[in-house]
Amino acid sequence: MASITGSVEIRVRRPRRGVIVGVLLVAWVAAWFLLRGVNTLSLGGQETTGLHRWLTEHRDFLGSGNAFLDAIRVAVDQLVILFQAVIAQPSYGRPVPVIGWLGVVALSAYLAWAFGNWKVALLAAAGLTFVGLQGLWQEAMDTLSLTLAAVLLALLIGIPLGIWAGLSNRAFRVATLVLDLMQTLPTFVYLAPLTLFFAIGPAAATIATLIYAAPPVVRLTAHAIRSVPSESVEAARSLGSTHGQTLLKVLLPMSRSTVVVGINQTIMAALSMVTVAALIDAPGLGQTVLKALQTLDVGVAFNAGLAIVVLAIVLDRVTTAAGDRPWRTASIRRKVLLGVGGIAVLVAIWFSRTYIWAAEFPSGANLGSRIAVAATDVTNWVQDVFGGFTFGVRDAVTKGVLNPLEALLTESPWWLVAVVVVTLAALLGSWQGAVPAALCLGLLVVTGVWHDAMVTLASTLLATVVVVAAGLMLGVWTGRNHRADSWLRPVLDAGQTMPPFVYLVPFLALFGTSRFTAIAAAVVFAIPVTTKIVADGIRAVPVATVEAANSVGSSTWQVISKVQLPVARRAITLAVNQGLIYVLSMVVVGGLVGAGALGYDVAAGFAQSELYGKGLAAGLAIVLLGVMLDRITQAAARRTRKFRGTVRGDNLW
Amino acid sequence: MTNKLRSAGVLTAVALALTACGGAKVGEAAKPAEGAKECGTFNLAVSPWVGYEANAAVVAYVATKDLGCKVVKKNLKEEISWQGFGTGEVDAVLENWGHEDLKKKYVTDQKVAVEVGPSGNKGVIGWYLPPWLAEAQPELKDWKNLNKAAAQFKTSESGGKGQLLDGDPSFVTNDEALVKNLKLDYKVVYAGSETALIQAFRDAEKNKKPVIGYFYEPQWFFNELKLVKVDLPKWTEGCDADPAKVACDYPAYELDKIVSKKFADSGSPAYELVKKFSWTNDDQNVVAKYIAEDKMPPDAAAEKWVKDNQSKVDAWLGK
Repeated sequence: MASITGSVEIRVRRPRRGVIVGVLLVAWVAAWFLLRGVNTLSLGGQETTGLHRWLTEHRDFLGSGNAFLDAIRVAVDQLVILFQAVIAQPSYGRPVPVIGWLGVVALSAYLAWAFGNWKVALLAAAGLTFVGLQGLWQEAMDTLSLTLAAVLLALLIGIPLGIWAGLSNRAFRVATLVLDLMQTLPTFVYLAPLTLFFAIGPAAATIATLIYAAPPVVRLTAHAIRSVPSESVEAARSLGSTHGQTLLKVLLPMSRSTVVVGINQTIMAALSMVTVAALIDAPGLGQTVLKALQTLDVGVAFNAGLAIVVLAIVLDRVTTAAGDRPWRTASIRRKVLLGVGGIAVLVAIWFSRTYIWAAEFPSGANLGSRIAVAATDVTNWVQDVFGGFTFGVRDAVTKGVLNPLEALLTESPWWLVAVVVVTLAALLGSWQGAVPAALCLGLLVVTGVWHDAMVTLASTLLATVVVVAAGLMLGVWTGRNHRADSWLRPVLDAGQTMPPFVYLVPFLALFGTSRFTAIAAAVVFAIPVTTKIVADGIRAVPVATVEAANSVGSSTWQVISKVQLPVARRAITLAVNQGLIYVLSMVVVGGLVGAGALGYDVAAGFAQSELYGKGLAAGLAIVLLGVMLDRITQAAARRTRKFRGTVRGDNLW
Repeated sequence: MTNKLRSAGVLTAVALALTACGGAKVGEAAKPAEGAKECGTFNLAVSPWVGYEANAAVVAYVATKDLGCKVVKKNLKEEISWQGFGTGEVDAVLENWGHEDLKKKYVTDQKVAVEVGPSGNKGVIGWYLPPWLAEAQPELKDWKNLNKAAAQFKTSESGGKGQLLDGDPSFVTNDEALVKNLKLDYKVVYAGSETALIQAFRDAEKNKKPVIGYFYEPQWFFNELKLVKVDLPKWTEGCDADPAKVACDYPAYELDKIVSKKFADSGSPAYELVKKFSWTNDDQNVVAKYIAEDKMPPDAAAEKWVKDNQSKVDAWLGK
């Protein structure tokens, strides 16, 4: 009954609402025309407000020397140093690590085979050897040590939290807010204070990585548990299962593949932090990238970036294969093979401890410099061939879309923007959209960077629309077509983990220093995550449902739009949320290539101590924008829903 | 499938057995020579620009070779290096650009850092033009003529005005105030990074586009492209006292060196070296060129420069 009245209500209201929104926007443009330039709250680049100065003065308020933080620091430090000693750095009085390259390759392949399959074992061996041939073995192992430590801690904390947020609605609400904060608060804002708490060293770098990398696994675990059909849970309950049994025997097994997507996203996020962590002396590939970019050496930076991508792909495929492997006991044959393999690995490790050729990667191959030269040549060629054309595209998009939108947002009085946004939120998502919007807008005014926030908002909206459109298209395609998926995955992985600065230099050459360049970079970074989550959602649509639609003669388009997309709705909502958040997490990088506004404020606050407070305020403004947009879209998605949800916790989305 | 794997395993094992028995063993190589003097560990902050890297390379090379120190280079942004003075994780900063507020906090108030004099390098900040533009329109070198030419500096970002490309976020800029107070028809656009600025100048020179932007010397990029500085109204003592009313050029910066109090009191020979270390912009540019353009590792670049300039190094060592 509820579902019938619900959909009738929407069918009546929908056109009316569209008209009201249209009228509202027209009224806004008219008001903007009259009130242009009044109360815009703009603030110059070096200007600060009282709040900013107060924040600057109280930066060291928390201070160091806290015994609890020290304990964390020592523990994390030791964990990273242990990993480094084993695979990366000379240790225990020997000039080489405990396990040399041969041992690491053999061990990785063996583990990949034991927990996954022989294909990923080959991939792991080939990938690691490739990184060695690039001449980056030690750097890669340093990066791997730090990433493994961060991911391990993230999973240790994240999966239980995700389960909790999956089971409890209250925990879910709190978690969503905290995770939004963790993912959108720019790293630059907390990087310097982190080194105060945790000192300069592996601990601070690991914890910075952890903060950014943990949210995906929490979110996707919670999402997975909530997506388990309530029938399954009820069936288990009716058979007398306890809460614990339901969790272990029903919820977790049924969530496994989505949790693995979460783990993969956490690995990707951790690897995408490698260059940022290098700013506080995190060892590894990030250092190579930063050093190369000081002299705009795209080739060398690309070589190191490629090594990061290769590590990401290896880790991703191995964990995916491990996640897909059915739980069953091994056959005798396999046990014997595993035993033989284990012995071979031990032999390889012994070699790598004994002989230099097996301990230090031979430096003869020099593949790295050839890759660097090739990358430089390709970049130059692209710049020469497409240079003029790309500037034209930039100018068209900037003049046609971005400038009008930005003018509307920045030149209107702040209260006008606030009224319009709150009304819009109320129309689209009732009070559930309006209340958070009003709250966020109020706080944005308090941060003192309203004007910059509006500039950033304009670019963010444009970038997010592009990301969601492209992500839906690619996601549906790869979700329906297995071969497309296997071709596109490496490209998506590269987009997520290649350090943005590597492609920013060519982007700068193609588009100049502009907001458009920043938008392009954000789009490249955010499309992969959106695509992957959409594809996962499409794949999760029961085969029987799709076949039923096919059997009544639906066209492909009908199957997608009437069956797959509506059923995968929750995954799509999550994909939109993550697309938006990834776009926002690139705001600072955008600030470094000409987007100015909040991103520049944050970067300047990190570099100039007198601007620290302003940088922090700008960072918080980015979070507020994220929370506001997210809540409005979520509330709107809830209102326009056509089907009553049949899954648990649906009322929260 | 398993057959394939097994034969691969056997092959690998055979290959290993064949190749393994040759080759040097771990630990056979000669141990690195121990330093002659007692120096211990010297924690040197390295900030992310090539000029600094040049200073650090040479000081680290001399400290290791002549003083037998164990130099630990820490790659840190400036702000974080200063924090490190307090926690004892950083001993020395070799090229400091101004940072009066940090000096007040760490030298005057917390007394954890000590100034040890100029590094000999002179820092210049200002507005620069690409060489082709300065040649084609030499009148642009005077700020008074900038308004007439504003239209050619228009871009998609500058909202109908001329674009003044600003902003490596690490540097203080008065440009918004300058544009306002000199009544220039320009908009300050924040490029946001040194990379973006350099790329803009490169593109401008190559494609003969007009660009005017904020830049600074010493900088390795001048080896590639000799940017030309625009003359702003002369800097006089106190003309930039009120940031909102600035209408004059940037002052010349005397770049200096900072060490931690603990390091200064330690009596380490490395401290004496840092204190006496001083060289010219030309010296730094040579080493910066070795690193940035000739792609030499910092250590090799330092070695080459030290060989050619032994007398300067001897002076630092008090020989």
